[in-house]
Amino acid sequence: MTIDMTDPFELAGKRFRSRLIVGTGKYRDFTETTHAVEASGAEIVTVAVRRVNITDPGKENLLDFLKPSRYTILPNTAGCYTADDAVRTARLAREAGVGNWVKLEVIGDQKTLFPDVPATLEAARVLVREGFVVLPYINDDPIAAKKLEEVGCAAVMPLAAPIGSGLGIRNPYNVRIILEQSRVPVIVDAGVGTASDAAVAMELGCDAVLMNTAIAGAKDPVLMAQAMRQAVEAGRNAFRAGRIPRKLYATASSPLDGVLE
Amino acid sequence: MHVIINGDLQVVHDGLTIAELIAQLGLNQRRIAVEINREIIAREHYPQRRLNDGDAVEIVHFIGGG
Repeated sequence: MTIDMTDPFELAGKRFRSRLIVGTGKYRDFTETTHAVEASGAEIVTVAVRRVNITDPGKENLLDFLKPSRYTILPNTAGCYTADDAVRTARLAREAGVGNWVKLEVIGDQKTLFPDVPATLEAARVLVREGFVVLPYINDDPIAAKKLEEVGCAAVMPLAAPIGSGLGIRNPYNVRIILEQSRVPVIVDAGVGTASDAAVAMELGCDAVLMNTAIAGAKDPVLMAQAMRQAVEAGRNAFRAGRIPRKLYATASSPLDGVLE
Repeated sequence: MHVIINGDLQVVHDGLTIAELIAQLGLNQRRIAVEINREIIAREHYPQRRLNDGDAVEIVHFIGGG
């Protein structure tokens, strides 16, 4: 499989071949995580910041498997419900020494895991000022996207559907509006269920897709990771190629001249 | 003396430094971050910074997440 080197994905001044960003949660073990991430072709992986279990720290650590020398590590602020908690988590992640990128999530509600947009905006302001590369998880809301871009976020990451729901792109029209107005990369974050969802996101013109559950929760995560890689590439290529317009009636593919009489 | 480490009350010897604590926990080789009473401690200060009785310490690392 070849990746088009003439079409790099640029994010915060870095260039990537892959437009698929994957999470590392919900896998059986680090070996499965590693195999799935490799099959996905992703160069950016998200991780969570949590307390070390001090009574049993474990011999192995995620970053022994996904080496920061090979992958761009994108710590998230998952589980944070206030701007303060998200800022605190981002600062800890930076101190832990994997760079200054952060996937900013400030959750507004436990059941839907929808973002608290005002709190996300507040945290984004602080983190941008402190020199972070801020990639915020938001609703498919063009106004929220615009405000986050204005405060200096390096991308906007609208959800396609609730986190882990696998419902696919619920509002492609809003995503299109966000794409039209944005001068920073637009990354669909959350909601993808299967390969066609990822392809749809890319066909809309999104710069990248971020997913975790769709791969980790599949019966065969490694095979699904490969499918997602192919779908993201196919969707991107289709977007660049320019699809034909939709028409109500048929247009023959074979010439009418020379038809037998 | 008593300190709270990641929410658990622990007994440690007086004047324990962060570097010593991390070594005791076997976390030397790991990418971690440490807070004492909600203040992030820079890595280069681990050898000098001593814990005080009653300190609340948080030690975090990276795990799988989306």
